[in-house]
Amino acid sequence: MSFLPRLGRSRTQENGAGNGESPTPNIPGALRRGGNGAGNGARNGAGTGTNGANGGGGGLIDRTALKKQATEVPVSALGWLDERSGASPFLRGFMFRKVPKGTNWFYTLGSATMFAFVSQAITGVFLAMYYEPSPTGAYESVSYITNDVFLGELVRGMHRWGATVMVILIFLHMGRTFFFGAYKYPRELNWVIGVVLLVLTLAMGFTGYLLPFDQRSFWATVVGVNINASGPIIGPYLADFLRAGPEFGATTLPRFYSIHMLLIPGLLAALIGAHLYLVAKLGTTAPPWLKAEKRRELARTEI
Amino acid sequence: MAANPTDPKSRRRKSPYTADRGIPGAFEDETITRRALFSGGALAAGGIATAAVGLPALGFALGPVFAQASDAEFREVGSVESFNPDTYVPTVITLPEAANAGEAGKTTVYVREAGPADTNTIGQPYIAISTRCTHLGCPVRYVQASQRFICPCHGGVYGGDGEVVAGPPVRPLDRFETTVEGGQVLVGPRFSVNSSFEKFEPRDPSNHIDGLWQYLYPPRPTT
Repeated sequence: MSFLPRLGRSRTQENGAGNGESPTPNIPGALRRGGNGAGNGARNGAGTGTNGANGGGGGLIDRTALKKQATEVPVSALGWLDERSGASPFLRGFMFRKVPKGTNWFYTLGSATMFAFVSQAITGVFLAMYYEPSPTGAYESVSYITNDVFLGELVRGMHRWGATVMVILIFLHMGRTFFFGAYKYPRELNWVIGVVLLVLTLAMGFTGYLLPFDQRSFWATVVGVNINASGPIIGPYLADFLRAGPEFGATTLPRFYSIHMLLIPGLLAALIGAHLYLVAKLGTTAPPWLKAEKRRELARTEI
Repeated sequence: MAANPTDPKSRRRKSPYTADRGIPGAFEDETITRRALFSGGALAAGGIATAAVGLPALGFALGPVFAQASDAEFREVGSVESFNPDTYVPTVITLPEAANAGEAGKTTVYVREAGPADTNTIGQPYIAISTRCTHLGCPVRYVQASQRFICPCHGGVYGGDGEVVAGPPVRPLDRFETTVEGGQVLVGPRFSVNSSFEKFEPRDPSNHIDGLWQYLYPPRPTT
């Protein structure tokens, strides 16, 4: 009982009975050699006579045959992909997981955080089309995005507010995991990955804050970098790495931009993949207020 | 692949020859199998290829950490007549490390002449005070009425020589070296001072400098 290929196979079986063709190739008519019209008619033979005439060039249009073809194409295209990628066992295991009794709305906070990340990624890609990461042009390019680009204010607003939403959601998700005890064995590794994701998300907030390059973002970044410099021994070197030199200079802004749009998003995407893999692999936990249900006879033997 | 466990010699030391170690298909006088050689070779080649890309990229990103101080550069800030011992005059210089940063590379320096009564001149003919707050680097401004430097960010307050009066700053305001040339006052490289107005190599904001702290925060080649 496979998830996807079953849809494709039913059609082949139907045809196989009709014209004695080998049932093995699970390829839709539309994708077979020889095209759709004449080829289909020849294969279906006695079953759909009018279709054959259609392929020949004239005659009435058989609506039911057309409808059948129209539904057949996407279904068998999926079958074609599945046969070559073997994706359906993976997708079935990933998407149709069993969840424990008592699963509630709090369990959607992780997906909500991921949606916020996807939203940030999409709006960020479009903001990057107009943004200029230079100390002399950054502020003007941001005000151009806000005031002149069609829907620019909306896209920038989504990115700006979405950042706050993502930080709030990731903390709520962390709180849910903590208070539901979902960090315990065997999910400790997923907790550790989640903490790294939290730190990376905050680093996104720190590096993104500089990019509008107004007075507030400039001095906030100066303060943030100098907080890094306050660590003994390695602090000043860390600050030098962040601002690309001993002073906030011409290369500081491009460096923050590169970290913000290339380095951290790549790490985030990879770690979200690992996080999701472990969720699918280990399953989710029941809420702590649910006791494990025991069968009566089992309970009796335990006593 | 240890040979016979009952043999005490083979337990002590492995033979260098693959034939003696009981590896199937071993050649005579062979000391490393083809598989081991090629596995090691492939790993080494992969390691070299990764390092060839990774190390330059790492150096590229970390290069600024190892930057050396640029040569001392003195910039004119005004004629001798425009400064006096009684009040600070704000002047604007462009830091050499931030030369291409536009407006962000400029910084204000408060300059006054060192009067005969001044004790904290640290050997400079003119007192040039950096506006970079020693708490976390915000720009301080001089308020003539109270004769204080006041930081807008976290409430740092400094006295007339840059000494900490109130708030979170960890040391007095940094200064610049000064000199006079052809009737012009020139401002040179930055230096830091501790609470008893001794000269130190420049430190980042937030870095303590008194006592043992001077060894825990490395000087940075900053202007």
